[in-house]
Amino acid sequence: MRVMVVWCPDWSVVAALDEAERSPRSPAAVLSANVVEVCNGPARAEGVRRGQRRRDAQSRCPELVLLPANPDRDARAFEPVLAVVEDLRPGVAALRPGLLAVRAPGSWYGTETDAAATVCQALVESGVWDVRIGIADDLFTAERAARTAEVQAWAVVPEGGSATFLRGLPVHVLQDDGPRGRELVSLLQRLGLRTLGDLADLPGDAVEHRLGTYGAEVRRRARGEDRTLFSARTPPPELDAEVVFEPPLDSVEAITFSVRTTAERLVSQLAHHQLVATGVRVEAESDGVVCSSRTWLHPRHFGARDLVDRVHWQLQSAGSTSGASGALRSRKQTGTVRAPVDRVRFVPEVVEPAAAHGEALWGAASDDLVERGVARVQGMVGFDAVRRPVLQGGRSPGARQALVPWGERAVDLRPVDRPWPGRVPGPAPVRVFASPPAAEVVDDAGREVRVTDRGVVTGEPRRFRVGGGVLPWQPVTAWAGPWPTDEGWWSGGSGPTARFQMVGADGRAWLLVSAPDGWCLEAGYD
Amino acid sequence: MSTSRSVAALDQRRDVVEQLRQRVAAMEHKPAGQPVPTLPGLAGLVPLHAGATYSVDSASLALALAAGASQAGEWVGFAGCPDFGVEAAAELGVELSRTVLVPDPGEHWLEVTAALVDVLRVVVLRPPASVDERAAGILDSRLRTRSAVLVVHGQWPRVEARVSVEETGWTGPGSGTGQLEERRARVVVRRGARPPERADLSWPGVHRLDRQVREIRRVSG
Repeated sequence: MRVMVVWCPDWSVVAALDEAERSPRSPAAVLSANVVEVCNGPARAEGVRRGQRRRDAQSRCPELVLLPANPDRDARAFEPVLAVVEDLRPGVAALRPGLLAVRAPGSWYGTETDAAATVCQALVESGVWDVRIGIADDLFTAERAARTAEVQAWAVVPEGGSATFLRGLPVHVLQDDGPRGRELVSLLQRLGLRTLGDLADLPGDAVEHRLGTYGAEVRRRARGEDRTLFSARTPPPELDAEVVFEPPLDSVEAITFSVRTTAERLVSQLAHHQLVATGVRVEAESDGVVCSSRTWLHPRHFGARDLVDRVHWQLQSAGSTSGASGALRSRKQTGTVRAPVDRVRFVPEVVEPAAAHGEALWGAASDDLVERGVARVQGMVGFDAVRRPVLQGGRSPGARQALVPWGERAVDLRPVDRPWPGRVPGPAPVRVFASPPAAEVVDDAGREVRVTDRGVVTGEPRRFRVGGGVLPWQPVTAWAGPWPTDEGWWSGGSGPTARFQMVGADGRAWLLVSAPDGWCLEAGYD
Repeated sequence: MSTSRSVAALDQRRDVVEQLRQRVAAMEHKPAGQPVPTLPGLAGLVPLHAGATYSVDSASLALALAAGASQAGEWVGFAGCPDFGVEAAAELGVELSRTVLVPDPGEHWLEVTAALVDVLRVVVLRPPASVDERAAGILDSRLRTRSAVLVVHGQWPRVEARVSVEETGWTGPGSGTGQLEERRARVVVRRGARPPERADLSWPGVHRLDRQVREIRRVSG
């Protein structure tokens, strides 16, 4: 069996530059812990090397683009490359981001040189500029051959020629094996062994005694005796589902009706793989252009009916020009979409094993009933007018809660279990005003009560009123506070604020806030 | 929502067969008139019955009426309450994962409330406008066929009981010292032509205070 290795040098830099939308020709380096991990050709030409400190690298090349290390990003960006090679020859193994191996195509593409040329061309056409290919009997030799190849070129080691090819290579090629490789290179150089051939000529048991199993393994590889194979990956199943309308439809109702079968197919397809989708992207295309795309998250998992509902809401909100939430949308107004839709696609973005979401033995039916009823309300007033309350961390009562649209998962919540110094103690207020009304608080002499920078209250609060004079003054019978906070001062926050609990003459308590731009009524204990 | 089920767990202390028999009997009969669970502090004062409407004049009373059913595993909803205090609800034992909010139903609050009444057990409504007899009649007839309770925070033409706070006070804060600790309220319940019934409640937690206890506490300071 012959092995083909495709190598994309400096892949981390290529992927990071692509993500940052910078030119691939600009000198760049990926740093991890302030040390250059990988740099590209233009940067190397300026003297940047792996292992340099950030400031050394910058002093060599001031225009160097510094990029953070992110292995996930590298792997993600390498996925399309795998797919391209997989199209030409199945059985691809990703060795690491930037390096893949595949069984060399036999005589399908003619000679091995022709096969390498075909793969190379396909990859360059897909946008990967720097591709090098090596073909040899075993993985190690093929990788070494790929590393000797030029940009967009290939090196073929003839059958049985591995040992001859490897003999001439200097030992420092082992540096690519990571820290233990670098250690071995240093030792071999001190022992006066300059090439892999020198190592291969030594007796096997002596190498194993002196250099350990890793050294023996390297010797075996250098003699061309290594027959390490790779396990090819199974291509991930295609889970997307789409429906094409011919002729294109321009009514939301008709589209919603027509996607039902596709939605059912998607759900049953997932079920066949014992999966459920908890996040799905819905895309609608008109004239071959995606005109509406949105990712929906489900608190449990999507059923066919949920998917149909999401399509309905998405197209309805895309079509409505007013976008006024809270008002009942008449069908006449929003029954049509902006442009006729000729394709709707469901892309499951988050799939989880079905076992994690199994239904309980009984008791779920009633919840389904509620979900259906709430979905009807959402159809009347818009999907984001129905909310689910959740708790989150924060200092003010308003910051300690969040109202999440029904049917969506809460994301980016602040953790509740932190101390949150400065929060108001005591029972939580029953009424928390979404937009706190302005208020006035005065002392005996009728002067406005302020809180100084050092947290000192300038006077005893005696009366307060809300609404700028519409409502009468109310005497304060008891008050507590202040609880000062200064949130977000590093990014121009609201400035120092102080909260007060005040009990009015009618016995009801309120939470008032003194901010730099005046008082406001934040919450009521009613 | 995935973990909580709306079927309430059986009471361990009572006979299982007896409880199941009660449930089956409740399912067989028409839904109106079934008792709906309330907080222990309100049980004797305002017993809730399915299909009835109750009016309150304070947000904390509305929350307290809904909390009992939520604790017992039922779904509750709040329509027209944009100032819903989530933390206070959680402190009172409302299960947030079984709570539906429609903070601003707009001009179609009546349809929204009717749709919520279909599927939830307790619906708290703050009507945005004054309600006429006809609109109330529509909801009332819908309520009778469902097993839901409507709690109106505001005015409503015909109600089973009107619960209002007569006087209230907080302990804790002085002048710049302390913090809010306990709230006491005299609550009066008016049912039709019957004489009003008064009771003293204390927050947090909604507990009923005996008159004597109140006197003793007042004397002892």
